[in-house]
Amino acid sequence: MTHEELTAYLSSRFPAAEISQGKQYVEMTVAASDLHSVAQQLKEAKEAAFDYMVCLSGVDYPDHIKVVYHLESTSLQHLLVLKVKTDGRENPVLDTLSDLWPTAEFHEREVYDLLGVKFNNHPDLRRLFLDDTWGFPLRKDYVDDVHIVSR
Amino acid sequence: MAFEKYDFTPLTQSIHQGLLENVSPLMTMIIEWTIIGLLYLVFVAVFGLFLVYAERKVCAAFQQRLGPMRVGPWGLLQTIADFIKLLMKELIQPKSVDSFLYNLAPFVVIIVPFLTISVLPFAPGLQSLDFDIGVFFVTAVSSVGVIGVLLAGWASNNKYSLIGGMRSGAQIVSYELSVGMSLITMIILAGTMQISEIVELQRNGWFIFKGHIPAVIAFFVFVIAGTAETNRGPFDLAEAESELTAGFHTEYSGIKFAFFFLAEYINLFIVSAMAVTVFLGGWMPFHVGGWDGFNAIMDLIPGLVWFFAKVLGIIFLIMWFKWTFPRLRIDQILTLEWKYLLPINLFNILLMAFIVLMGWHW
Amino acid sequence: MAELKEIIISSDNIKTDEYLVNMGPQHPSTHGVLRLLVKLEGEIVHNVQPHVGYIHSGIEKMTESLSYTQIPHLTDRMDYLSAHMNNEAVVCVENALEVEVPERVKYIRTIMAELQRIASHQLWWCATGMDLGALTTFFYGLRDREDILDIFEETCGARLTLNYSLPGGVMFDIHPNFQNRVKTFIKKFKKILPEYDELLTGNVIFQERSKGIGVLSKEDAIAFGVTGPSGRASGFSCDVRKHQPYSAYPLVKFNEALGTEGDTFRRYQLRIAEMWESMSIIEQLIDNIPEGDYTAKMKGVIKLPEGEFFQRVETARGELGVYIVSDGKKNPYRVKFRSPGFSNLFAINHIAKGWKIADLVAIMATFDLVIPDIDR
Repeated sequence: MTHEELTAYLSSRFPAAEISQGKQYVEMTVAASDLHSVAQQLKEAKEAAFDYMVCLSGVDYPDHIKVVYHLESTSLQHLLVLKVKTDGRENPVLDTLSDLWPTAEFHEREVYDLLGVKFNNHPDLRRLFLDDTWGFPLRKDYVDDVHIVSR
Repeated sequence: MAFEKYDFTPLTQSIHQGLLENVSPLMTMIIEWTIIGLLYLVFVAVFGLFLVYAERKVCAAFQQRLGPMRVGPWGLLQTIADFIKLLMKELIQPKSVDSFLYNLAPFVVIIVPFLTISVLPFAPGLQSLDFDIGVFFVTAVSSVGVIGVLLAGWASNNKYSLIGGMRSGAQIVSYELSVGMSLITMIILAGTMQISEIVELQRNGWFIFKGHIPAVIAFFVFVIAGTAETNRGPFDLAEAESELTAGFHTEYSGIKFAFFFLAEYINLFIVSAMAVTVFLGGWMPFHVGGWDGFNAIMDLIPGLVWFFAKVLGIIFLIMWFKWTFPRLRIDQILTLEWKYLLPINLFNILLMAFIVLMGWHW
Repeated sequence: MAELKEIIISSDNIKTDEYLVNMGPQHPSTHGVLRLLVKLEGEIVHNVQPHVGYIHSGIEKMTESLSYTQIPHLTDRMDYLSAHMNNEAVVCVENALEVEVPERVKYIRTIMAELQRIASHQLWWCATGMDLGALTTFFYGLRDREDILDIFEETCGARLTLNYSLPGGVMFDIHPNFQNRVKTFIKKFKKILPEYDELLTGNVIFQERSKGIGVLSKEDAIAFGVTGPSGRASGFSCDVRKHQPYSAYPLVKFNEALGTEGDTFRRYQLRIAEMWESMSIIEQLIDNIPEGDYTAKMKGVIKLPEGEFFQRVETARGELGVYIVSDGKKNPYRVKFRSPGFSNLFAINHIAKGWKIADLVAIMATFDLVIPDIDR
């Protein structure tokens, strides 16, 4: 599907979502509560068929944490950037997508490890790289006087 | 015959007589035992070290490199240096091992080659024990080695060691069958288990030629099973460094590790020596029927040289296996034995019995 | 008789215990500091739990205080065996700035990337042989890899971490010898590659060890995001060079090697096939490198426009994704590397279950893991 077709399809299917044409790809922002159902429809709908999760990243912003999913359809060859904001930074919680895309299980663990986003219903939510007492290093307010030299 | 002039019997007899004239029969026996024991000890150590060096050079040749070159000319002293290093290394014993069994295992492993080597005829007159059940003795004694491996695997209290030990146990017990069966095939042909007699019977033709096709089959089975029994590649599952780090000897260091290492190489020698003795005429020279001139020249080469030349040939073959083939998996190794080698062997025995019955073997 | 029955009945209750074995962090077959917690029953693998992070160096955090010209130097520390392909992720910055890169640069980058791919696959080949117990392969692979590394050294002074690509172009122009040496190498390696097959591929034991082992279905490959040769062996057409061509890939004709079986042997064969493809790509380009600048005119300080940028490149292990969030400053706000090894590693648990330890080693070998790529 081309970007226009995809935008049209998505806006008819998910009226609540915020859809925009980014610099490269179609971007869609959904509310945290809708995440799982939207993702499920994206994966299962024939017209969308996003069966391959390319990338899952977390980005820390001053008042929230954004988790960005790059989804691709291997059959239809289109790519969508799905974004979701957490509710604040104190105790960010999202639904897991690891039941839809198994690869998300480990990407979510990485995001939990480095940014502290918790994922509901995640089968095995443990720290991935660091030990349990460590902070969340990819947050902007993370301080490490020993290892980080600020200029 | 011409090569009888290389017979060692007069030498050993004269030593025996000389001792008898000077000291009591008991002392004679004790002195002779000591000399023989020391000779074997020196032989095992020197030949073991030589084999390690040979393996490194052979391996290097296969891998397009030079191998050890720094210590001594062509690196000849490398293994000696390694051995000294191993002697001086600290013996580290992990805390939670079964101390007695852990220390016992290397000795069990190293004793086996000493027992087995005693019945091998190196040259005419150069054989210390000549049982009438020589072949049986070899197969019986060589299976003791697996106890040492199992002990090492169990007592080390390490999971890798345990898996390695168990693999090795399963493997050796299976392949012993093939080794035994292929030897039985040849015993049917020879009609005797006495090693000196087996060699003597090959005076007018090696068994591998005399025994027609079944002897050739038995030879190949013996070499394959022998390689497996010595835990060498492609059957080196018990060590399998990419899977089990070092298998049953993971927890051993210093001279105890050297025992395992040395035993492996001496076992390699023993398997090759048995193959040579039973199939390739032992120390008998190579003769071609009717070519008297050629045979006379062959006779000029001493039996000792013949024996070691053949043994080193087989050892090279086994090393060749190791550096060319990937490793088998444990179930494949057992499949190979129980589904292929064993039935082939049983059939082969029948075939050999038939040939002997019909009198086609001379 | 009754006693015998009792014994049989009571032996039904005898069960072997499962036990845990730590493979790694120091283990010959994990190729680095990866720790696998393997649950075994006898020899049979029941569960593989990868523990990573032993060499986590926080590259993503470091990038937040580095400029866009500095960041490429970190990328080749991730998957050091496909250093140049990782460097090529600078395409992301070029696209964001909408800089037109000279044709010459595209050619050079693609040739270098394919050379790097061959070098990486050579090292993979020798390590695979070694993991399966055929130690001789190791020296053959390293011997031939040396030729490529010499070409790299002449081109940019480095042999492993090249740092050759920068935003806008490459660091230096190619050496006058470059074309000749590459052609000599291709000619030589075309003769040598069949030798690899003779030594390992055709071996009965090797085929027994690899055929039908560790089958990854196409659906699972997509679901676990297994890309690169490992994914393509399962039939997952995921070659970024084909689907979203960058650099000089639109200009060349090549086949995306695809398999259907998805077993260890297919993964093995696929990488051998990729070496042939890479050689054909290089042959198409090497004589036609256009004249021109080796770098576009770039500002001293690169500032990306505000926004989010995503670029994928095909490394020797699979798909490397670079996700840059820029706030318009000279440092990126956030950079995320979607490394191929990370996704590939976690599929191992799924396919290694029920196979033996020796098979686990074979499966790991054909997944071609590079640990810094996983840990970043």
